[in-house]
Amino acid sequence: MSSANTAEKPKSKDFSGAGQKLLAFASLIALIVAFSLLSENFRTVTNMMNILQATSVIGLLAVSATIVIITGGIDLSVGTAMTFTAVTAGMLLTWLHLPIPVGVIGAILMGALTGLVSGAFITKMRIPPFIATLGMMLVLKGLSLILTGTKPIYFNDSPGFTDIAQGSILGALLPAFPVPNGVLILFVVAAGAAYILNRTVLGRYTYALGSNEEAARLSGVNVDAWKMAIYALAGAVTGIAGVVLAARLNSAQPALGQGYELEAIAAVVIGGTSLAGGRGTILGTLIGALIMSVMTNGLRILSVAPEWQIVATGAIIIGAVYADSLRKK
Amino acid sequence: MPDLIEMRGIDKSFPGVRALRQVDFNLRAGEVHALMGENGAGKSTLMKILSGVYQPDSGQIMVDGKAQAIGGPRAAQALGIAIIHQELMLMRDLTVAQNIFIGRERRNMFGVLDEAWLNASAAAIFAQMKVNIDPRATVGDLSVAQAQMVEIAKALSYKSRALIMDEPTAALNAKEVAELFAIVARLRSEGVGIVYISHRMDEIRQISDRVTVMRDGALVGTVAAADTPISQIISMMVGREITDARPIVPNLAGSPKALEVRNLSRGRAVREVSFDVQRGEILGFAGLMGAGRTELARLIFGADRPDSGSISVAGKPATIASPADAVRLGIGYLSEDRKHLGLALGMDVRANIGMTAMARFSDRFGRIDEAALGRVAHDYIAQLAIRTPSDGQEVRLLSGGNQQKVVIAKWLLRDCDILIFDEPTRGIDVGAKAEIYTLIQGLAAQGKAIIVISSELPEVLRLSHRIAVMCEGRLTGILPAEAAQEQIMALATQRDTTAGAAA
Repeated sequence: MSSANTAEKPKSKDFSGAGQKLLAFASLIALIVAFSLLSENFRTVTNMMNILQATSVIGLLAVSATIVIITGGIDLSVGTAMTFTAVTAGMLLTWLHLPIPVGVIGAILMGALTGLVSGAFITKMRIPPFIATLGMMLVLKGLSLILTGTKPIYFNDSPGFTDIAQGSILGALLPAFPVPNGVLILFVVAAGAAYILNRTVLGRYTYALGSNEEAARLSGVNVDAWKMAIYALAGAVTGIAGVVLAARLNSAQPALGQGYELEAIAAVVIGGTSLAGGRGTILGTLIGALIMSVMTNGLRILSVAPEWQIVATGAIIIGAVYADSLRKK
Repeated sequence: MPDLIEMRGIDKSFPGVRALRQVDFNLRAGEVHALMGENGAGKSTLMKILSGVYQPDSGQIMVDGKAQAIGGPRAAQALGIAIIHQELMLMRDLTVAQNIFIGRERRNMFGVLDEAWLNASAAAIFAQMKVNIDPRATVGDLSVAQAQMVEIAKALSYKSRALIMDEPTAALNAKEVAELFAIVARLRSEGVGIVYISHRMDEIRQISDRVTVMRDGALVGTVAAADTPISQIISMMVGREITDARPIVPNLAGSPKALEVRNLSRGRAVREVSFDVQRGEILGFAGLMGAGRTELARLIFGADRPDSGSISVAGKPATIASPADAVRLGIGYLSEDRKHLGLALGMDVRANIGMTAMARFSDRFGRIDEAALGRVAHDYIAQLAIRTPSDGQEVRLLSGGNQQKVVIAKWLLRDCDILIFDEPTRGIDVGAKAEIYTLIQGLAAQGKAIIVISSELPEVLRLSHRIAVMCEGRLTGILPAEAAQEQIMALATQRDTTAGAAA
């Protein structure tokens, strides 16, 4: 009797684990089909590209948030850290007239640094992640405003900078696929993050910390050092999001950013990553981010008032997590 | 030849507790050395020091005759010392192979993992152990016995020469225990030294070469397992003379039954338990950790649902599906973990006392009658002699004994007729203990039916009018108040031999 039970358990769990991603993916397809039937303006290639373009920044932030959430932590500073890295790029390029690659790399390194600082607060000063990153969110927001004198920095002196998000290398090579670079960057970064999480030591410890931090510590893993490295990696992804945002807007907008972290976390949650840590996938997060953009885009095309779009987004978050908890029962 | 490991004069204190006092311990290569003692005797602390989890305050550890400082788990691993913790330390979301090699993954210069090597190496260890576990399985999907095997495989992967097993058989059935012992025997024949912590006398006789007994953080003695009778080991463990007076058992002949429990079962934790408690009686529950006493209490209180069995309260069959049902029937449960489950530490004494009786102190708009609540709180503060500057004091600022009194007041206010005390004096100093005992005896004299669960034998002996003893989820016997400690220990370690045949 008991042996039959233990033999069945793994099966049902594997099945439901696949079911979770399947559910999210099926919801995405269902949404796209529904909107396509309701509006012919929705089902154009241009609109699909718009949806992807709109997903690029939030998608990158959600990838960053996924990495941290798998450790069992949370990063509330991704939105304002992104802005801070965009401002960093603006200072390097527009104020110091440095070449574009320096600005891009500088912004990404700044992102990694903000992550490292959050990680140090969490590990060395034993501040809970929620509090540490809440503090960082405000500090970085304030610093962006101070450094810029609350005015946007434009990238007009760096011709070609906007191509980072708006150009299309893929379109130049394969005219049939005019995928904007920003979207390409999202997919490349997501693939890279998935590779790191599944195939490298850093990724292994990301799941290990979220699954049982004490067990990892007792196995001789230098938990603090790895956790800081993980937050730094997430911060670097946030830096990439900052560059893409700046390139899309052709400016670093210091007042922007707050609120993005909640959208990013929402995408992660819709994608089936557990806030308790130990479980989650980048693919799920991408699907979650796409569900949110498709929803927003589709409702706008159907001329639903923006206020109701916000309500719908909230309903999706609750619905997605409820569906997940139903499935677990 | 020097011993594999020798620990000399180990001292260790935690805030408020002297956990180890000048303990000596040695382990030879190729022996199974059993480490025994009552709960809290210091066995786990000593082994956590050996495995680098804790640092000793003083004392010396020699490995192969050379003094070593074991600064952390990694240093212990490097010396070939591995520990399998009582609560398995595994990452449930990772695979078996990933767990075994956590912290030592083979990788290239970019940190990319060699998963194939990981799985092959894990499979090789399992083959050596003659155990069939898939290295790619997720640990969360394994049974406890399989997870235990993963821990052992992990220890072996360190090429460990000293293996510490802290109550490895606590959650295993007879067949799984036999498999474990086969592996232990094989390791011993290969020259591994094994420290085996267990409460089970029959196991000790079966597999160990030497037995070391600890009591109250100190070494009692080390004896050869083969020529030491079990009764001698038990008396070494129990040790202290009973100085406290036994209770005066009241004549309960005409007293009605308050609680009748029949054949209550839940999984392996509680099996076919039946007993009665009369009004005015204190029924003590003795047993070792994991014997199923708290689990039994949770069934009676409705915190968990039983698989089978029935409960009657005051002679009437009762359906207890939730703690709310239990409270309505006048059953109160004072948890062993009062800080997490019994009190709202950040709230004041008055609010805590009133917590379960808010309906009586609020009007139909939900407004609380603070004045009335305050009067009641003052009554209980006086009646139970709770030492607090006022009823507005935050509970977290009170001593352990006074916190426990607040919990008692809370349940008294609910007019409970049946009170279940789970480890009522854990973390309470000696003076306050006596006060809690007097309080419990006073409650019984008022006609309340009382169940006291305690891992401290002197406490059970001092309070109980009758003593129920549990082992592995079964009630192995009910003894009169004057029972000897040895009788209780014998029942507490009386394993079920028929269970093995059934499994």
